[in-house]
Amino acid sequence: MSTITHSLRRVIFRSGAPRTVAVADEAPAAATQPQQRGGLEIAPNDPIIGYFQSAVGAVDIDGLELDSPALDELRAAGVKLVVPLVTQGELIGLLNLGPRLSEQDYSGEDRRLLETLAAQAAPAVRVGQLVREQQAEVRSRERLDAELAVARLIQQNFLPRQVPQMQGWAVAADYRPAREVGGDFYDFIDLPDGRLGIVIGDVTDKGVPAALVMAATRSVLRASAQRLIEPGAVLERVNEHLCPDIPENMFVTCLYGVLEPASGRLVFANAGHNLPLVALGGATSELRARGMPLGLMTGMSYEETEARLQPGAQLLLYSDGITEAHDPGREMFGGPRLAAAMAEAGGGDGGRLIRALLERLRAFTAAAAEQEDDITLVAIRRLPAAVELADFRLESAPGNEREAIARVELALAGEGLEPAQMEQLKTAVAEATMNAMEHGNGFDPERPVRLTVLASAAEVRVCISDHGLGQGDLRTAPPPDLDAKLAGQQTPRGWGLFLIRNMVDELHEHGDDDTHTVELVLHRDARRH
Amino acid sequence: MATTLEARVRRGDGIATVALAGDVDGGAREALDAAYTEAAGAATLLLDFGDVAYINSTGIALIVGLLGRARADGVAVAACGLSDHYRQIFEITRLSDFMSIHADERSARAATQGGAR
Repeated sequence: MSTITHSLRRVIFRSGAPRTVAVADEAPAAATQPQQRGGLEIAPNDPIIGYFQSAVGAVDIDGLELDSPALDELRAAGVKLVVPLVTQGELIGLLNLGPRLSEQDYSGEDRRLLETLAAQAAPAVRVGQLVREQQAEVRSRERLDAELAVARLIQQNFLPRQVPQMQGWAVAADYRPAREVGGDFYDFIDLPDGRLGIVIGDVTDKGVPAALVMAATRSVLRASAQRLIEPGAVLERVNEHLCPDIPENMFVTCLYGVLEPASGRLVFANAGHNLPLVALGGATSELRARGMPLGLMTGMSYEETEARLQPGAQLLLYSDGITEAHDPGREMFGGPRLAAAMAEAGGGDGGRLIRALLERLRAFTAAAAEQEDDITLVAIRRLPAAVELADFRLESAPGNEREAIARVELALAGEGLEPAQMEQLKTAVAEATMNAMEHGNGFDPERPVRLTVLASAAEVRVCISDHGLGQGDLRTAPPPDLDAKLAGQQTPRGWGLFLIRNMVDELHEHGDDDTHTVELVLHRDARRH
Repeated sequence: MATTLEARVRRGDGIATVALAGDVDGGAREALDAAYTEAAGAATLLLDFGDVAYINSTGIALIVGLLGRARADGVAVAACGLSDHYRQIFEITRLSDFMSIHADERSARAATQGGAR
């Protein structure tokens, strides 16, 4: 056998899909880099393929007469005998042998041995090829998945971790990446004098390139916003920065606004992004400003528009992932449908609006459809003007929540709340006050709980402050598991947050270094549970 | 915390009625425990909330604890006399999945006796 294996050579054989075969005493890795090891490539239209495929047993190369480039190559390589590897009628490789070391011709026994070897090797080699093809496929899929994961990571890393908390305002944001991550982004920038920079944008293209351009845009925008303030000038600056470096065929739509929370004044400029919507009292309008997308050409200027957000007004910024979503009949969701859905959703906090819009979108696109593009929604609401009806402090001591609810009820006596609504508010106030006294202030008599009661035309709001750090997000805490509690697997306690959440229309939470505040909101027009 | 709940047990027809008066909060533990012990042996425990003005989350926890014990002891639990508000709370907490809720003691007794037992 040694005389044979010694002279075996490796061959690459191509017909359609590239395939490599190695049958030799070489390292298995050799098969993956055939070109560098001098393998043979056979063109798919070479007549030798048909010849080998139908040949019975070993083929003497010297005796062949075919117009075949591969045959010439085999001869040039000194190959004397070829044993085709055929399995299920398919030629999958060749065993090529040079002259015998003894310089005698291959004997009949040699040939039989080789043919037996070929017959047994062919299916095994084919299995090896299939495994390798599958592995290559898996690897390429993994590479794609890894790329998507990187894009998603970049994207998420640059999105704000929390929304700004401003007196008299409620901000909510939601970003939903498509499976193939797009280039949506949004940002909030703290500016001098308590102003807030608000950014929403969309990079054309998807995946890692879009995510990188998004990251660059965001950084330049953040840097420019602090120095230039005026939104038009900021976008101009960002455009100048982006133009030289942005990959061809890529650009960025972006809306940038500066909000003065005290007055509700919003100045914004728009680089080709979807126009923001403002809803107030059941009517919705569009805020307009013109400008070219970023990164297309230098020397652009951006129109600035000023708007004043009235108490109760809701501002919605969004990406085309929502307006350009399709229903099963390929109709687009569109701006008018979005505006109508927003008007219909009515007042309430931004989280509620966003949920309502996504719900409407899901109904439109049919639940099973895969999300086509990133969806970004940012809702900024100016809270309705309110009158303060009470502001008091209570010692943190067990049982004092009863006084809290008595005083809240008294403060709201003339507000015309439905009795059921009042009962719900009282339960929520009792639970939130208990939490504040126990978990926030640790029943420390030196640390009172502060309650304020505010009323506006649209809602009633009770704010309860303690000196703690909060207990995680009130709104997303999991509901208690009654079955586990009844089975004795969990403490029977832990109902407070659940009750609060179910008793009020809105629940907000904010804090600074010293105080933590929970806000309970009842809508006057809300239909009760 | 001061005891703010009174619980009186009356027995009859295999039903122990616990008439509650006051607040079901953290201070109610002893009264509820004592009532449960006193009611031992009854097939059904009927909690009458007719004179209860206030139930908080700690009180809910005590009721959950009592319900857990009753289930382990094979005792059915029912409730009556809840205000609309607390009835709603018993529903959203799913307590009402584990205890039948009735308007008053009479309808509770009628339902219990007309039932499987």
